[in-house]
Amino acid sequence: MTSSASLDLKLYGVLIAVAVLVPLFAPNYIQTVAVMWLMILMAMTWDITGGQMGYNSLGNVVFFGIGMYASAIVQISQFSDVADYTASFGAIVVDFTPGQYFTGLGLGLAAGGIAAAIFALLIGPAMLGLRGPYFAIGTLGLAIAVAELVSGWEYVGGGGGISMPVYPGPPAAGPFTFYILLGLLTLAAHLFVRWLYSTQFGLAINAIRDDEDKAEAMGIHTNRYKTIAWAVAAFFMGVGGAIFGNMSGFIEPLEVAFPTTTFGIFMVAMALLGGKGTLWGPVLGAVLFHIVKQVTWTYLLGWQWVALGAIIIINIVYFQQGILGWAQDKWPEAFGLTVDRGGAARPAAGEAAE
Amino acid sequence: MIDNLLLLTQVPILGVDLVIQGLFIGAIFALVAYGLALVWGVMNVKNLAQGDMVILGGYISYQATLWGYHPIVALPVAIVVMFMLGWLIYAVIIRRVVDRDMFTSLLATFGLSLLIQQILNLIYGPEVKVADAGFGDFELGTFIVIQNVRLYSLLMAAALALAIVIFMKKSRMGQAIRATAQDARAARVLGIDTDQVYAFTYALNAAICGAAGVLVAMIWVIQPYYGIVYSIRAFIIVTAAGLGNLPGVILTGFGLGVWENVAGFVFGAEFAVAAVVLMLVAVLMYRLVQLYRVRQVVR
Repeated sequence: MTSSASLDLKLYGVLIAVAVLVPLFAPNYIQTVAVMWLMILMAMTWDITGGQMGYNSLGNVVFFGIGMYASAIVQISQFSDVADYTASFGAIVVDFTPGQYFTGLGLGLAAGGIAAAIFALLIGPAMLGLRGPYFAIGTLGLAIAVAELVSGWEYVGGGGGISMPVYPGPPAAGPFTFYILLGLLTLAAHLFVRWLYSTQFGLAINAIRDDEDKAEAMGIHTNRYKTIAWAVAAFFMGVGGAIFGNMSGFIEPLEVAFPTTTFGIFMVAMALLGGKGTLWGPVLGAVLFHIVKQVTWTYLLGWQWVALGAIIIINIVYFQQGILGWAQDKWPEAFGLTVDRGGAARPAAGEAAE
Repeated sequence: MIDNLLLLTQVPILGVDLVIQGLFIGAIFALVAYGLALVWGVMNVKNLAQGDMVILGGYISYQATLWGYHPIVALPVAIVVMFMLGWLIYAVIIRRVVDRDMFTSLLATFGLSLLIQQILNLIYGPEVKVADAGFGDFELGTFIVIQNVRLYSLLMAAALALAIVIFMKKSRMGQAIRATAQDARAARVLGIDTDQVYAFTYALNAAICGAAGVLVAMIWVIQPYYGIVYSIRAFIIVTAAGLGNLPGVILTGFGLGVWENVAGFVFGAEFAVAAVVLMLVAVLMYRLVQLYRVRQVVR
């Protein structure tokens, strides 16, 4: 499919152009666009299990929080005992040299991704045995449970949270660094996921989505594939969480690290808005969602959350196939799909009965 | 934690107290869970907005106290208002979700739950509110103090449950609901307007939640974001007890109330919610193990 490959190249070009132009011409929007990279990352990694594998998780945000806390622990334990640090409520402040800081940051990001992936590998075999709505409810419960456990864990500051190490150097450089890091991570994740879907692994998880029992009967080790797919999503979410924790400078369990009712549900809504089970749908959905969110934030003071809830409901109830799903139905040839015009209309992937 | 356990062994009467208090709150959980089982069983909609409807009912009784009425006055009002609201929600949202896949209903009601939370937050603010009934309390034995309001709410919950059961067994609509739950297509063939049945079921569930919410507001506190825990409790009970199993729902409700009370005491209050949610994961895992066992037999 050369046409779709060149389309991909063009889209990557657009993304990179945006990434380069924003700091040059609209430096005030760096933070906003950095969050947009994060949103794209979330929607895309959710789609690995949600769209491609048919396992709709409501609790993927748990990996985000675990990555954030793992990086915080690693970065802080470089210069201080974590328990002492959190008990001092910000009294202990260390000025890092840039070298120390970036070593810590690098270790922290790696630790964040690895911790989240290990967590996914540990709970995956158990949680992924649940099907359909039970998996969704179970993962939601898991995310809430971990958030509550962390809020009660004094070692990492409990509900009071932790201040992250302060970025060395001029104040404007910090957001810029994290902007670049999040952008690179998102790009890397997208390239990785694109490659992943083109391999046999992608076919296997699609088979699981279409009919898990049949896939198992065909000799696919469904449990292994499901767990690995979830761990891939977890790894990228973990690194993203680690970067976001450093970017916000202060982390706290309920609102920042495990925001089940905000980021946790946004990522699902974004993937569905763009069209789940497609490569670019989550990206498109995340960009649109983020723009709508920023506009409602600015102009609907106080009512933004209500508007957001309404958007989610409208999106899911009235427009579930998403933008790309709708476009695929309308112009299938542009996506390299062939349609049997003579036969009965087949339901789109998103609408398929369970 | 060890201290608390030791305390329990030294003063066993404390354990009795915890269990009795747990039974009282369990009755309300069972009521909410029965509503969920109804909606789940009849129309196959997993209502994640269940807890937020409970909290909404609680705010109705809080509003009654603001206007100078006794919160118990709000009980019939909450039932009527929530019934109408439930019908409206069905007409706007749930109708379009009923025959879609289950994740759709889960996500749509999650959006609904966000909506209810945020509207309540805008109107009443994020502070914790209580609708004080001022019933006083009485002593059972020497150690155990029981608030009268808990006793009354247990009785009211029982009366409500009884009324619902009689309604489901005897009335024309109740029979139609049960017929639709068994086989919606056959019910439609036999001339039952299933759309109406669905609307009524959802509205009835909302009314049950509203009534439970009035009791919750009198016994504990309400806050716009407390809803999700009630939803999770209802899911735990229904998943553990199964659909259409009223005695099971009531027993599991009592069990969950006791577990929550005891766990909150032993592990400390900050882990009470975690104990409830981990119970959900445990119940799901237990179901999974059971399923594997069934699959093994089939092989």
